Amino acid sequence: MTILLFGVTKDIVGSSSLSVPTSSVTGKKIPRTVSELKQFLGDTYPELNTLSSLAVAVNNAYAQDDQPINSYDEIALIPPVSGG
Amino acid sequence: MDRYIRQTALPDFGTDGQDRLTAAKVLVVGLGGLGLPALQYLNAMGVGTIGIMDMDTVEYHNLQRQILYAEEDVGKSKLEVALRKLQSQNSETEVVPHATFLSKENALDVIQNYDVVVDASDNFPTRYLINDTCVILNKPFVYGALHGFEGHVSVFNYGEGPTYRCLYPNEPKADEVPDCNENGVLGVIPGIIGNLQALETIKVLTGVGEVLAGRLLVFDGLQPTFRTIKFQANLKNKSRDALKEHYGILHCAGVATLSVEVFSEKRMTTDYALLDVRTAGEFSKHRLAEAIHVPMDKLDLPEHLKNTSKPIYVICQSGRRSEQAIARLQETYPELNFYNVLGGMNQLSLHTH
Repeated sequence: MTILLFGVTKDIVGSSSLSVPTSSVTGKKIPRTVSELKQFLGDTYPELNTLSSLAVAVNNAYAQDDQPINSYDEIALIPPVSGG
Repeated sequence: MDRYIRQTALPDFGTDGQDRLTAAKVLVVGLGGLGLPALQYLNAMGVGTIGIMDMDTVEYHNLQRQILYAEEDVGKSKLEVALRKLQSQNSETEVVPHATFLSKENALDVIQNYDVVVDASDNFPTRYLINDTCVILNKPFVYGALHGFEGHVSVFNYGEGPTYRCLYPNEPKADEVPDCNENGVLGVIPGIIGNLQALETIKVLTGVGEVLAGRLLVFDGLQPTFRTIKFQANLKNKSRDALKEHYGILHCAGVATLSVEVFSEKRMTTDYALLDVRTAGEFSKHRLAEAIHVPMDKLDLPEHLKNTSKPIYVICQSGRRSEQAIARLQETYPELNFYNVLGGMNQLSLHTH
Protein backbone atom coordinates (compact mmCIF):
# COMPACT_ATOMS: atom_id res chain seq x y z
CA MET A 1 0.00 0.00 0.00
CA THR A 2 1.10 3.57 -0.61
CA ILE A 3 1.59 6.03 2.23
CA LEU A 4 1.54 9.75 1.35
CA LEU A 5 3.82 11.88 3.48
CA PHE A 6 3.30 15.48 4.53
CA GLY A 7 5.13 18.05 6.65
CA VAL A 8 8.07 16.84 8.66
CA THR A 9 7.33 13.15 7.86
CA LYS A 10 8.25 13.92 4.25
CA ASP A 11 11.53 15.44 5.46
CA ILE A 12 12.25 12.48 7.76
CA VAL A 13 11.63 9.85 5.07
CA GLY A 14 13.14 11.98 2.30
CA SER A 15 10.32 11.36 -0.16
CA SER A 16 6.67 12.35 -0.64
CA SER A 17 5.38 8.77 -0.60
CA LEU A 18 6.36 5.38 0.67
CA SER A 19 5.37 1.86 -0.32
CA VAL A 20 4.56 -0.67 2.40
CA PRO A 21 4.39 -4.37 1.48
CA THR A 22 0.99 -6.01 1.82
CA SER A 23 2.18 -9.60 1.68
CA SER A 24 5.14 -10.89 3.59
CA VAL A 25 8.11 -12.32 1.76
CA THR A 26 10.59 -11.50 4.50
CA GLY A 27 8.62 -12.88 7.44
CA LYS A 28 8.19 -9.35 8.73
CA LYS A 29 4.77 -8.63 10.24
CA ILE A 30 2.40 -6.84 7.84
CA PRO A 31 0.58 -3.86 9.38
CA ARG A 32 -3.18 -4.47 9.64
CA THR A 33 -4.16 -1.43 11.72
CA VAL A 34 -3.14 2.21 11.98
CA SER A 35 -1.14 1.59 15.15
CA GLU A 36 0.66 -1.38 13.57
CA LEU A 37 1.46 0.83 10.61
CA LYS A 38 2.92 3.52 12.90
CA GLN A 39 5.03 0.84 14.56
CA PHE A 40 6.14 -0.58 11.22
CA LEU A 41 7.21 2.84 9.94
CA GLY A 42 8.77 3.78 13.28
CA ASP A 43 11.03 0.72 13.10
CA THR A 44 12.44 1.93 9.78
CA TYR A 45 12.37 5.66 10.56
CA PRO A 46 12.88 6.03 14.34
CA GLU A 47 12.48 9.83 14.16
CA LEU A 48 8.78 9.27 13.46
CA ASN A 49 8.45 7.85 16.98
CA THR A 50 9.49 11.18 18.50
CA LEU A 51 6.45 13.07 17.16
CA SER A 52 4.04 13.98 19.99
CA SER A 53 1.09 14.22 17.61
CA LEU A 54 0.77 12.59 14.21
CA ALA A 55 -2.54 12.44 12.37
CA VAL A 56 -3.08 9.46 10.08
CA ALA A 57 -5.76 9.78 7.42
CA VAL A 58 -7.28 6.69 5.80
CA ASN A 59 -9.23 7.49 2.64
CA ASN A 60 -9.23 11.19 3.57
CA ALA A 61 -10.66 10.68 7.03
CA TYR A 62 -8.82 10.94 10.34
CA ALA A 63 -8.22 7.43 11.66
CA GLN A 64 -7.91 6.18 15.23
CA ASP A 65 -5.09 3.79 16.16
CA ASP A 66 -7.31 0.70 16.14
CA GLN A 67 -8.72 1.29 12.66
CA PRO A 68 -8.05 -1.62 10.26
CA ILE A 69 -6.22 -0.85 7.03
CA ASN A 70 -5.78 -2.81 3.82
CA SER A 71 -4.04 -2.52 0.49
CA TYR A 72 -6.89 -0.60 -1.17
CA ASP A 73 -6.75 2.25 1.31
CA GLU A 74 -5.13 5.57 0.61
CA ILE A 75 -3.16 6.50 3.68
CA ALA A 76 -1.56 9.84 4.55
CA LEU A 77 0.65 10.89 7.45
CA ILE A 78 -0.17 14.47 8.40
CA PRO A 79 1.88 15.86 11.26
CA PRO A 80 1.17 19.32 12.68
CA VAL A 81 2.93 22.20 10.91
CA SER A 82 3.50 25.58 12.42
CA GLY A 83 5.14 28.13 10.14
CA GLY A 84 3.48 31.48 9.51
CA MET B 1 -22.56 51.20 -0.42
CA ASP B 2 -20.96 51.68 -3.85
CA ARG B 3 -17.65 50.70 -2.40
CA TYR B 4 -18.78 47.10 -1.78
CA ILE B 5 -21.18 46.76 -4.71
CA ARG B 6 -19.14 44.04 -6.42
CA GLN B 7 -19.78 41.74 -3.45
CA THR B 8 -23.22 42.97 -2.36
CA ALA B 9 -24.33 42.26 -5.95
CA LEU B 10 -23.77 38.56 -5.28
CA PRO B 11 -27.20 37.08 -4.50
CA ASP B 12 -25.74 34.75 -1.87
CA PHE B 13 -23.91 37.57 -0.11
CA GLY B 14 -25.98 40.71 -0.63
CA THR B 15 -26.34 43.72 1.64
CA ASP B 16 -27.13 41.35 4.54
CA GLY B 17 -23.69 39.83 4.19
CA GLN B 18 -22.14 43.28 4.09
CA ASP B 19 -24.08 44.37 7.19
CA ARG B 20 -22.77 41.33 9.05
CA LEU B 21 -19.20 42.20 8.07
CA THR B 22 -19.66 45.78 9.22
CA ALA B 23 -20.87 44.58 12.62
CA ALA B 24 -18.12 41.97 12.99
CA LYS B 25 -14.99 42.02 15.13
CA VAL B 26 -12.03 39.91 14.04
CA LEU B 27 -8.67 39.51 15.77
CA VAL B 28 -5.66 38.59 13.64
CA VAL B 29 -2.81 37.17 15.74
CA GLY B 30 0.49 37.69 13.94
CA LEU B 31 1.48 40.23 11.29
CA GLY B 32 3.55 37.90 9.14
CA GLY B 33 3.16 35.84 5.99
CA LEU B 34 -0.35 34.58 6.85
CA GLY B 35 -1.73 37.54 8.78
CA LEU B 36 -1.01 40.26 6.23
CA PRO B 37 -2.83 38.82 3.19
CA ALA B 38 -5.75 37.81 5.43
CA LEU B 39 -5.85 41.36 6.84
CA GLN B 40 -5.62 43.13 3.52
CA TYR B 41 -8.71 41.31 2.27
CA LEU B 42 -10.69 41.45 5.51
CA ASN B 43 -10.03 45.17 5.67
CA ALA B 44 -10.74 45.78 1.98
CA MET B 45 -14.01 43.86 2.21
CA GLY B 46 -15.18 45.99 5.11
CA VAL B 47 -14.97 43.94 8.31
CA GLY B 48 -16.02 46.62 10.84
CA THR B 49 -13.48 46.08 13.61
CA ILE B 50 -10.12 44.39 13.08
CA GLY B 51 -7.69 43.74 15.93
CA ILE B 52 -4.03 43.32 14.97
CA MET B 53 -1.39 41.90 17.27
CA ASP B 54 2.39 41.62 16.98
CA MET B 55 5.49 43.02 18.60
CA ASP B 56 8.12 42.25 15.99
CA THR B 57 10.07 44.59 13.79
CA VAL B 58 10.06 44.38 9.98
CA GLU B 59 13.21 42.64 8.78
CA TYR B 60 14.69 42.30 5.30
CA HIS B 61 14.08 38.56 5.20
CA ASN B 62 10.36 39.21 5.82
CA LEU B 63 9.90 41.10 2.54
CA GLN B 64 9.94 37.96 0.35
CA ARG B 65 6.49 36.94 1.67
CA GLN B 66 5.11 39.75 3.84
CA ILE B 67 4.04 41.89 0.94
CA LEU B 68 2.34 44.70 2.83
CA TYR B 69 5.78 45.90 3.92
CA ALA B 70 8.14 47.95 1.77
CA GLU B 71 11.93 48.30 1.97
CA GLU B 72 11.56 51.62 3.79
CA ASP B 73 9.66 49.80 6.58
CA VAL B 74 12.60 47.61 7.58
CA GLY B 75 13.50 48.29 11.20
CA LYS B 76 10.07 49.70 12.00
CA SER B 77 7.40 48.16 14.20
CA LYS B 78 5.18 45.77 12.22
CA LEU B 79 2.19 46.94 14.22
CA GLU B 80 2.71 50.61 13.37
CA VAL B 81 3.37 49.98 9.69
CA ALA B 82 0.38 47.64 9.31
CA LEU B 83 -1.91 50.01 11.20
CA ARG B 84 -1.00 52.94 8.96
CA LYS B 85 -1.32 50.98 5.71
CA LEU B 86 -4.61 49.32 6.66
CA GLN B 87 -6.07 52.68 7.69
CA SER B 88 -5.12 54.20 4.37
CA GLN B 89 -6.53 51.16 2.55
CA ASN B 90 -9.96 51.57 4.17
CA SER B 91 -10.91 54.52 6.38
CA GLU B 92 -14.32 52.99 7.12
CA THR B 93 -13.03 50.10 9.22
CA GLU B 94 -11.63 50.39 12.72
CA VAL B 95 -8.21 48.81 13.15
CA VAL B 96 -7.30 48.19 16.80
CA PRO B 97 -3.59 47.71 17.53
CA HIS B 98 -2.49 45.33 20.33
CA ALA B 99 1.18 46.02 21.00
CA THR B 100 1.97 42.68 22.58
CA PHE B 101 2.37 39.00 21.86
CA LEU B 102 -0.49 36.74 22.90
CA SER B 103 0.28 35.36 26.37
CA LYS B 104 -1.40 33.24 28.99
CA GLU B 105 -1.94 36.47 30.94
CA ASN B 106 -3.65 38.52 28.20
CA ALA B 107 -5.32 35.91 25.96
CA LEU B 108 -8.74 35.72 27.64
CA ASP B 109 -9.02 39.50 28.10
CA VAL B 110 -8.16 40.28 24.50
CA ILE B 111 -10.00 37.50 22.69
CA GLN B 112 -13.29 37.95 24.55
CA ASN B 113 -13.80 41.22 22.65
CA TYR B 114 -13.82 39.53 19.24
CA ASP B 115 -16.19 37.25 17.30
CA VAL B 116 -13.53 35.26 15.47
CA VAL B 117 -9.77 34.83 15.79
CA VAL B 118 -7.49 34.33 12.79
CA ASP B 119 -4.54 32.23 13.92
CA ALA B 120 -1.73 33.62 11.80
CA SER B 121 0.97 32.87 14.35
CA ASP B 122 4.16 31.00 13.58
CA ASN B 123 4.67 28.71 16.56
CA PHE B 124 2.94 25.82 18.33
CA PRO B 125 2.64 27.30 21.83
CA THR B 126 0.64 30.28 20.49
CA ARG B 127 -1.58 27.96 18.44
CA TYR B 128 -2.42 25.82 21.47
CA LEU B 129 -3.00 28.95 23.55
CA ILE B 130 -5.40 30.33 20.91
CA ASN B 131 -7.21 26.98 20.78
CA ASP B 132 -7.62 26.69 24.54
CA THR B 133 -8.70 30.32 24.95
CA CYS B 134 -11.27 29.99 22.16
CA VAL B 135 -12.64 26.78 23.71
CA ILE B 136 -13.05 28.52 27.08
CA LEU B 137 -14.74 31.55 25.45
CA ASN B 138 -16.69 29.48 22.91
CA LYS B 139 -15.29 31.33 19.87
CA PRO B 140 -14.36 29.88 16.49
CA PHE B 141 -10.87 30.39 15.12
CA VAL B 142 -9.54 30.19 11.60
CA TYR B 143 -6.31 28.27 11.57
CA GLY B 144 -3.55 28.47 8.98
CA ALA B 145 -0.04 26.99 9.13
CA LEU B 146 2.84 26.30 6.78
CA HIS B 147 5.68 23.91 6.18
CA GLY B 148 7.91 24.49 3.16
CA PHE B 149 5.67 24.17 0.09
CA GLU B 150 2.67 22.97 2.14
CA GLY B 151 -0.08 24.69 4.02
CA HIS B 152 -2.94 23.71 6.33
CA VAL B 153 -6.27 25.49 6.86
CA SER B 154 -9.22 24.67 9.08
CA VAL B 155 -11.89 26.38 11.16
CA PHE B 156 -11.70 25.03 14.69
CA ASN B 157 -14.23 25.22 17.51
CA TYR B 158 -16.99 26.35 15.13
CA GLY B 159 -20.25 25.54 16.94
CA GLU B 160 -20.18 21.86 17.85
CA GLY B 161 -17.21 21.31 15.53
CA PRO B 162 -13.84 19.86 16.51
CA THR B 163 -10.86 21.75 17.96
CA TYR B 164 -7.15 21.83 17.16
CA ARG B 165 -6.58 19.29 19.96
CA CYS B 166 -9.05 16.87 18.29
CA LEU B 167 -6.57 16.65 15.43
CA TYR B 168 -3.33 17.12 17.36
CA PRO B 169 -3.94 16.38 21.07
CA ASN B 170 -0.42 17.10 22.29
CA GLU B 171 1.72 20.19 21.85
CA PRO B 172 4.95 19.19 20.07
CA LYS B 173 8.05 19.55 22.19
CA ALA B 174 10.59 22.19 21.24
CA ASP B 175 12.71 21.15 18.23
CA GLU B 176 10.49 18.19 17.37
CA VAL B 177 8.91 19.85 14.34
CA PRO B 178 10.55 22.84 12.69
CA ASP B 179 9.03 26.01 14.06
CA CYS B 180 9.15 29.67 13.19
CA ASN B 181 9.82 29.17 9.47
CA GLU B 182 13.28 27.87 10.28
CA ASN B 183 12.62 25.22 7.64
CA GLY B 184 12.08 27.85 4.97
CA VAL B 185 8.93 28.86 3.17
CA LEU B 186 8.34 29.78 -0.47
CA GLY B 187 7.06 33.38 -0.52
CA VAL B 188 3.75 32.79 -2.27
CA ILE B 189 2.59 29.85 -0.10
CA PRO B 190 1.57 31.97 2.92
CA GLY B 191 -0.27 34.25 0.49
CA ILE B 192 -2.41 31.31 -0.67
CA ILE B 193 -3.05 30.02 2.85
CA GLY B 194 -3.67 33.49 4.35
CA ASN B 195 -6.20 34.25 1.61
CA LEU B 196 -8.02 30.98 2.33
CA GLN B 197 -8.14 32.03 5.98
CA ALA B 198 -9.70 35.34 4.95
CA LEU B 199 -12.31 33.47 2.91
CA GLU B 200 -13.20 31.14 5.80
CA THR B 201 -13.39 34.11 8.17
CA ILE B 202 -15.87 35.85 5.87
CA LYS B 203 -17.96 32.65 5.69
CA VAL B 204 -17.97 32.27 9.48
CA LEU B 205 -19.07 35.90 9.87
CA THR B 206 -21.77 35.92 7.21
CA GLY B 207 -23.04 32.33 7.18
CA VAL B 208 -22.45 32.16 3.42
CA GLY B 209 -21.43 28.73 2.11
CA GLU B 210 -19.99 25.75 3.96
CA VAL B 211 -17.48 26.58 6.66
CA LEU B 212 -14.31 24.44 6.64
CA ALA B 213 -15.08 22.94 10.06
CA GLY B 214 -14.40 19.29 10.84
CA ARG B 215 -12.11 19.20 7.82
CA LEU B 216 -8.43 19.96 7.48
CA LEU B 217 -7.46 21.36 4.11
CA VAL B 218 -3.94 20.32 3.15
CA PHE B 219 -2.42 22.22 0.24
CA ASP B 220 0.68 20.86 -1.43
CA GLY B 221 2.09 23.54 -3.72
CA LEU B 222 4.48 21.20 -5.49
CA GLN B 223 2.01 18.64 -6.82
CA PRO B 224 -0.19 20.82 -6.68
CA THR B 225 -3.10 19.32 -4.74
CA PHE B 226 -5.78 20.38 -2.30
CA ARG B 227 -6.84 17.50 -0.08
CA THR B 228 -9.40 17.67 2.72
CA ILE B 229 -9.27 15.31 5.67
CA LYS B 230 -12.44 14.83 7.70
CA PHE B 231 -12.18 14.56 11.45
CA GLN B 232 -14.52 14.47 14.42
CA ALA B 233 -14.85 16.39 17.64
CA ASN B 234 -13.62 14.63 20.74
CA LEU B 235 -15.94 15.85 23.47
CA LYS B 236 -13.23 16.01 26.10
CA ASN B 237 -11.55 18.76 24.04
CA LYS B 238 -14.74 20.81 23.77
CA SER B 239 -14.96 21.97 27.36
CA ARG B 240 -12.26 23.66 29.35
CA ASP B 241 -12.42 25.85 32.48
CA ALA B 242 -8.97 27.34 32.50
CA LEU B 243 -5.82 27.67 30.45
CA LYS B 244 -2.99 25.25 31.08
CA GLU B 245 -0.27 26.16 33.57
CA HIS B 246 2.32 26.25 30.87
CA TYR B 247 2.63 26.73 27.14
CA GLY B 248 6.04 26.53 25.44
CA ILE B 249 7.86 29.69 24.50
CA LEU B 250 5.06 31.83 23.12
CA HIS B 251 6.62 33.61 20.23
CA CYS B 252 9.25 32.79 17.74
CA ALA B 253 12.64 32.71 19.36
CA GLY B 254 10.62 34.01 22.29
CA VAL B 255 11.80 37.46 21.59
CA ALA B 256 10.75 40.87 20.32
CA THR B 257 13.52 42.68 18.51
CA LEU B 258 14.73 46.08 17.51
CA SER B 259 17.44 47.05 15.09
CA VAL B 260 20.43 49.08 16.25
CA GLU B 261 19.10 52.02 14.20
CA VAL B 262 15.85 51.99 16.14
CA PHE B 263 17.72 51.33 19.38
CA SER B 264 19.94 54.39 18.80
CA GLU B 265 16.85 56.47 18.25
CA LYS B 266 15.10 55.09 21.35
CA ARG B 267 18.19 55.88 23.45
CA MET B 268 17.52 59.55 22.84
CA THR B 269 13.74 59.58 23.10
CA THR B 270 12.55 56.82 25.44
CA ASP B 271 12.68 55.95 29.11
CA TYR B 272 14.10 52.43 29.06
CA ALA B 273 16.40 50.02 30.85
CA LEU B 274 19.35 48.30 29.17
CA LEU B 275 20.72 44.94 30.27
CA ASP B 276 24.10 43.72 29.06
CA VAL B 277 24.38 39.94 29.39
CA ARG B 278 28.00 39.51 28.29
CA THR B 279 30.80 38.23 30.54
CA ALA B 280 32.54 40.52 33.05
CA GLY B 281 35.60 40.56 30.78
CA GLU B 282 33.68 41.74 27.72
CA PHE B 283 31.72 44.23 29.77
CA SER B 284 34.79 45.85 31.31
CA LYS B 285 36.44 46.32 27.89
CA HIS B 286 33.63 48.16 26.23
CA ARG B 287 30.18 49.06 27.49
CA LEU B 288 27.35 51.47 27.01
CA ALA B 289 27.18 53.97 29.84
CA GLU B 290 23.65 53.14 30.95
CA ALA B 291 23.99 49.35 30.69
CA ILE B 292 23.25 47.22 33.74
CA HIS B 293 25.55 44.20 33.80
CA VAL B 294 23.68 40.88 34.23
CA PRO B 295 25.91 38.06 32.94
CA MET B 296 24.24 34.93 31.52
CA ASP B 297 25.35 32.72 34.43
CA LYS B 298 23.72 35.04 36.97
CA LEU B 299 20.73 35.97 34.89
CA ASP B 300 18.07 37.84 36.87
CA LEU B 301 16.63 41.33 37.07
CA PRO B 302 17.68 43.90 39.64
CA GLU B 303 14.87 44.57 42.14
CA HIS B 304 13.92 47.95 40.70
CA LEU B 305 13.10 46.44 37.30
CA LYS B 306 10.95 43.53 38.45
CA ASN B 307 7.72 45.50 38.12
CA THR B 308 8.81 48.13 35.63
CA SER B 309 6.57 49.35 32.83
CA LYS B 310 9.61 50.60 30.87
CA PRO B 311 10.81 48.61 27.87
CA ILE B 312 13.85 46.52 28.77
CA TYR B 313 16.43 46.30 25.98
CA VAL B 314 18.86 43.41 26.19
CA ILE B 315 22.22 43.42 24.44
CA CYS B 316 25.23 41.11 24.06
CA GLN B 317 28.09 40.99 21.56
CA SER B 318 26.21 39.52 18.56
CA GLY B 319 22.54 39.33 19.60
CA ARG B 320 22.45 35.57 20.18
CA ARG B 321 23.02 35.37 23.92
CA SER B 322 20.67 38.29 24.50
CA GLU B 323 17.98 36.35 22.61
CA GLN B 324 18.45 33.33 24.88
CA ALA B 325 18.53 35.60 27.92
CA ILE B 326 15.17 37.13 26.98
CA ALA B 327 13.60 33.71 26.41
CA ARG B 328 14.60 32.80 29.98
CA LEU B 329 13.68 36.14 31.55
CA GLN B 330 10.32 36.22 29.79
CA GLU B 331 9.36 32.91 31.41
CA THR B 332 10.03 34.37 34.88
CA TYR B 333 8.65 37.84 34.12
CA PRO B 334 5.86 37.34 31.57
CA GLU B 335 4.43 40.84 32.15
CA LEU B 336 7.60 42.74 31.27
CA ASN B 337 8.50 43.95 27.78
CA PHE B 338 11.90 42.70 26.65
CA TYR B 339 13.50 43.57 23.32
CA ASN B 340 16.58 42.05 21.78
CA VAL B 341 18.99 44.51 20.20
CA LEU B 342 19.67 42.79 16.86
CA GLY B 343 23.32 42.24 16.08
CA GLY B 344 24.35 43.49 19.55
CA MET B 345 27.49 45.49 20.26
CA ASN B 346 29.05 44.36 16.93
CA GLN B 347 26.29 45.92 14.91
CA LEU B 348 26.18 48.98 17.11
CA SER B 349 29.87 49.73 16.57
CA LEU B 350 29.40 49.41 12.79
CA HIS B 351 26.47 51.74 12.98
CA THR B 352 28.08 54.41 15.12
CA HIS B 353 31.47 54.61 13.39
